[in-house]
Amino acid sequence: MKAEDYQERRESHAGWTMNIVSYRLGDRFHSTVDDADPGARLSRGEGATRDEAEGQALKKARRMLERTRRHPLP
Amino acid sequence: MSYAHPEALVSTSWLAEHLDDPSIRIVEVDVDTTSYDQGHAPGAVGWNWNTQLCDTTVRDVIPKAKLEELLGQSGIDNNTTIVIYGDNNNWFAAWAFWQLKLYGHADVRIVNGGRNKWIEEGRELTTEKPSVPRKTYRAREGDWGIRAYLPQVQAHVAVGDASLVDVRSPQEFSGEILSPPGLPETCQRGGHIPGALSIPWGKACNEDGTFKSREDLEALYQGAGVTPDRRVIAYCRIGERSSHSWFVLKYLLGYPDVKNYDGSWTEWGNLVGAPVEKGASQPVKV
Repeated sequence: MKAEDYQERRESHAGWTMNIVSYRLGDRFHSTVDDADPGARLSRGEGATRDEAEGQALKKARRMLERTRRHPLP
Repeated sequence: MSYAHPEALVSTSWLAEHLDDPSIRIVEVDVDTTSYDQGHAPGAVGWNWNTQLCDTTVRDVIPKAKLEELLGQSGIDNNTTIVIYGDNNNWFAAWAFWQLKLYGHADVRIVNGGRNKWIEEGRELTTEKPSVPRKTYRAREGDWGIRAYLPQVQAHVAVGDASLVDVRSPQEFSGEILSPPGLPETCQRGGHIPGALSIPWGKACNEDGTFKSREDLEALYQGAGVTPDRRVIAYCRIGERSSHSWFVLKYLLGYPDVKNYDGSWTEWGNLVGAPVEKGASQPVKV
């Protein structure tokens, strides 16, 4: 099996840039969402369609980013 | 100009041509420990960084006996070429590489671009776990000089005789955030070790996750004042991103004295009374 229909794009949420990857493995779509910088993995999703896989991963990633606290600097 | 140790790096096409090579063992080590089960390079075994590549009782690297067991059950002996790749531009692949060097494994190689590049190129994947013959592995004394412990870092901070490289994001370096966005805060204070330079790990990579050329890497580090005539200590939050930068400095640029401070900010940022600097660093060129 090979990854097919590979797509990668960027989107911002809560002031952070996310890198969204999705591709098809067999009959299932897979998606991962990372911080574009520094590059940490946030979430992954899986579904019968690209929208479903990305939607699942993005929902979790957005929730995680919204929880990130910014501390005031002196 | 080629890298200082080109033998420590292989391309995805090289790996594709060596999937059936009996002298190598392919290992996948991911940040997301579920990725391996989703699909991996044929023949690759999967290692879990937070259960298999560490001491799960005390905070430490993998103990010698546990490493010997892990490698033996992975079909690796002392003569095996270990080829490692992983997600997030090889963060934990580099972490595994560093630990294998602590224990003196001779031939370890990283797949340039890692898991993402393998997938993006549409290369073969399988969910089948390989059946590998158990082997006997005997860890050597290795090179523990590539690891920095807290007292060493404190001594260098006091004297200023080493280059401290903070490879976290600029926001983590400044103290604006205490961990990568979305991840748990693992320290009590934000900021950086006094005197550290901010050179985020990702600046060593191209868009496709492969390492930049030697010329570009030299410009990056030397442009920031990190030169091979001084000891270099890299750190991040828990030691995996700094393994990546340690690999770049030690194996791609050939700096003679590079250490990974795996205690990193999770250790320093929780110390009572430790000096902390806040705020941005001078911008790094390149």
